[in-house]
Amino acid sequence: MSRDLAGTASEQVTLRAVLLAIIIVVLLLLTGYLQSWNTALVILDMGLISAVMALGVNLQWGLAGLFNVGIMGFVALGGLATVLVSMPPTIAAWSAGGGRAMLAILAGAATIAAALFVWRRIPGGAVRGLTVFAVLLVGFVLYRWLLDPAVDAIESVNPAGTGYLGGLGLPILLSWPVGGLLAAGAAWMIGKTALGLRSDYLAIATLGISEIVIATLKNEDWLSRGVKNVVGLPRPVPYEVNLQSDPAFVAKASELGLNPVMASTLTVKLAYAGLFAVVLIILLLLAQRALHSPWGRMMRAIRDNETAASAMGKHVTARHLQVFILGSAICGIGGAMLTTLDGQLTPGSYQPLRFTFLIWIMVIVGGSGNNIGAVLGGFLIWFLWVQVEPIGHWLMSLITSGMADGSALKAHLLASAAHMRLMTMGVILLLVFRFSPRGLVPER
Amino acid sequence: MDWLNALIVLANFVVVPALTYGSQLALGALGVTLVYGILRFSNFAHGDTMAFGAMATILATWALQSLGMSFGALPTALLALPFGIIATALYLLATDRLIYRFYRRQRAKPIVLVIVSAGVMFFTNGLVRFIIGPGERNFADGERFIVTAREFKEKTGLSEGLAIKTTQGITVLTAIVVVVLLFWFLNRTRTGKSLRAYSDNEDLALLSGIDPERVVIVTWLIVAALATIAGTLYGLDKTFKPFIYFQLLLPLFAAAVIGGLGNPLGAIVGGFIVAFAEVTVTYAWKKVLGYTLPDDIVPSGLVQLLSTDYKVAVSFSILVLVLLFRPTGLFRGQSL
Amino acid sequence: MSEPFLVGENLTGGYGSADILHGCTIAVDKGEIAVIVGPNGAGKSTAMKALFGMLVLRQGGVRLEGRSIDELTPSQRVMNGMGFVPQTSNVFPSMTVEENLEMGAFIRRDDFTDTMTEVFDLFPILKEKRKQPAGQLSGGQRQQVAVGRALMTRPKALMLDEPTAGVSPIVMDELFDRIIEVAAMGIPILMVEQNARQALAIADHGYVLVQGRNAFSGSGAALLADDEVRKSFLGG
Repeated sequence: MSRDLAGTASEQVTLRAVLLAIIIVVLLLLTGYLQSWNTALVILDMGLISAVMALGVNLQWGLAGLFNVGIMGFVALGGLATVLVSMPPTIAAWSAGGGRAMLAILAGAATIAAALFVWRRIPGGAVRGLTVFAVLLVGFVLYRWLLDPAVDAIESVNPAGTGYLGGLGLPILLSWPVGGLLAAGAAWMIGKTALGLRSDYLAIATLGISEIVIATLKNEDWLSRGVKNVVGLPRPVPYEVNLQSDPAFVAKASELGLNPVMASTLTVKLAYAGLFAVVLIILLLLAQRALHSPWGRMMRAIRDNETAASAMGKHVTARHLQVFILGSAICGIGGAMLTTLDGQLTPGSYQPLRFTFLIWIMVIVGGSGNNIGAVLGGFLIWFLWVQVEPIGHWLMSLITSGMADGSALKAHLLASAAHMRLMTMGVILLLVFRFSPRGLVPER
Repeated sequence: MDWLNALIVLANFVVVPALTYGSQLALGALGVTLVYGILRFSNFAHGDTMAFGAMATILATWALQSLGMSFGALPTALLALPFGIIATALYLLATDRLIYRFYRRQRAKPIVLVIVSAGVMFFTNGLVRFIIGPGERNFADGERFIVTAREFKEKTGLSEGLAIKTTQGITVLTAIVVVVLLFWFLNRTRTGKSLRAYSDNEDLALLSGIDPERVVIVTWLIVAALATIAGTLYGLDKTFKPFIYFQLLLPLFAAAVIGGLGNPLGAIVGGFIVAFAEVTVTYAWKKVLGYTLPDDIVPSGLVQLLSTDYKVAVSFSILVLVLLFRPTGLFRGQSL
Repeated sequence: MSEPFLVGENLTGGYGSADILHGCTIAVDKGEIAVIVGPNGAGKSTAMKALFGMLVLRQGGVRLEGRSIDELTPSQRVMNGMGFVPQTSNVFPSMTVEENLEMGAFIRRDDFTDTMTEVFDLFPILKEKRKQPAGQLSGGQRQQVAVGRALMTRPKALMLDEPTAGVSPIVMDELFDRIIEVAAMGIPILMVEQNARQALAIADHGYVLVQGRNAFSGSGAALLADDEVRKSFLGG
């Protein structure tokens, strides 16, 4: 009897997931018919990327109850990975100062390692504190002495075109897992420091680290060209112009009744969608297997009763660290995908306020703790985020239609329609969290 | 060795700005620490509450200015502050009644309230932009300087000048007044003591007949005042842009944690520690070193430890250090 | 026999679905000290919490001065004259001794300096340390602050949950002396105690609870003399 009931609840969840998926497909199709297929595909591509990031966040929240507000930092690291992996190396910059810069970074790392070593070896007290401080001071001076001239040299090599070290010139698809690794590394460092403390401290700490990562990307021109951006990233899919000049492609397009330009943009977007979908499916399958594995069950047991679990000897913080690293790595992969889609690294575009909380809304609305729910939530919320703007404009025009043209209030309201997005998203987060905290597709 | 000039440079580019910024952070961190100590959650919406308060004051300032009122040498915004505070108080009470109260009654886990406050932050940020637009607003009027660099150089004959802006003076003075009032309230009035009691031992406070709803309302009123004043002073001194207040979140929390979350004195001390750290670490010391060291050993570079773009790294590093080594903070606030 | 000043009659209930109390009755009269003793888990503190309104009662009721107070919340019972000293977390640690007493008198709108003087007379050490944060005092002194805090409302009845828990025997004696003095002021005192022998020695009335039921009742002296009680709970 109870087995039946459990089955029904689980079936309900599956039903909800299927329904939600159907709704999303329908929304996309409607967009295609009513607006344009281009728009629909743009939404689909970003929706897939959002879904990946939502999955990464859901692992951390659903399995361990971690409120990671630093998602943007990991996404940015993924973006950096695309540059470091796929852009051609700037030989002149490397010979001008590349070696020295690498040496500086090694020196910096060695300083931190030395400081930690001293900290562990010397017993506590003023001596230890002073020694560590001295080590850090000397190391910092050395690091700056090595780095500053190297940076100047690198950045003066053709600043308009390059002015940075470049990358390894490898295929850009490789940067996706590399982005995950970079993010994992950063997550390991933060996790070691900030996990095991109160949950709101973790939130503040992750917020801080993402701000620092983004500040680094914006300012260390020798690494990432800073706000000059790295444009022209190589592509894993064909270029539209190449497709348009391919006779076979043009012929196929006219068969379907499309002009070459339209066909080429649609094809390219579909190609991206295909790649992204493959990644998403792989990650989702892995995440589902992890969730249902003994490890996943243990994680959820810890989450539900941390005191009992740690009393039973489970190393709660170590487990949290695992989940934190895994989830952040997935966000890093998503970040690499995002930058690949953009075709350029734009450090200024990483805005913690908007995107981080948007992903959180995706997880909460979709279903915290349910991987499929989070993924579907990613699609749905991204769709809403994009479409709320035109709807907002339309609504605002409706509201102000009675007002005199050229009135200051009307102009102001029309211009403010964009900000309604933020407010709407905030309200959605609050409403869903209050009335449906387990989300549309809850955890089983 | 030109000590006097070195001191003036130090005062002009480090001490005065740090004192000003520290006062702003102290007032903001007080709001954060009070919400944490009494309402028991980390309020991620506090930065944008400051933005809301500043916005309300700006609107009131414009209204006053359009009525032809001014405050003489002082910014009109000071006259508009009460209106800004009232508006912010109403807003905070509304968010409490509509949003936070439900979770408080449920005795929800702290992380739930943090997420909820993030939602409120999102909404408030959008609301401020919606009402006043995302652009920069300069609303300081009145005398710009208490003493200009040129006046100073003329009066003292030194080659370096010390300029003190009106907004800097007002910030420090207002902060002192507010802090004195706040501490008088908390330590010498019955209501203030009831807030401290509620923060100290909630069950016993309830048993003593302290009305929890009243405590909550009074707390939000104080927080509204603190946030509005801090946000307005910051906007007067620097400039008003809705998105900069979100960036204050990290220094504010760093200040509150350093001092000990829940401890008002700690929040003030923490605010100044963060401010001085940020300013000194990102300051180019070349000039000061030029005045104090013999000419041949003055370094050629700017001698700037970190560029100002990395200000956030300073408060973050301090925060991490405190969390690693003394999570309860300097004054032993309430940790876990 | 006239109605006792404070009585919890036929109390049955618990914190959730399981009952802890099964029809037990506790009463105390003016100027009396009533003591509840019993083995661990007998429901002693639970019975006291029931009298204070912190428990959901399935059966039975509580009456103060003959009137039912079942509908009142704990805060309202305080305002109606009941004083309660919890076992733990019974002071405001970051506030001074004097501020603790002030908070004790929070519901009073009149001038309570006389009451504070009385409390200081009763507990002279508190007067000495009035400006010290309560959290810095020793265990026994903190208990005095806790009792003093409860007395600030001039309660009609005072309830103490294991006041001597964790204090040394000397301090325990001193606390019991003070409690007798308070009772002598006419305030009925109801006390849950782990130190059964010493508590019964000062009790006018004793209730031995076992598994939420009244096992033995009588005067303190009678219970002390009773063989069965002695063997079961007082170690012979």
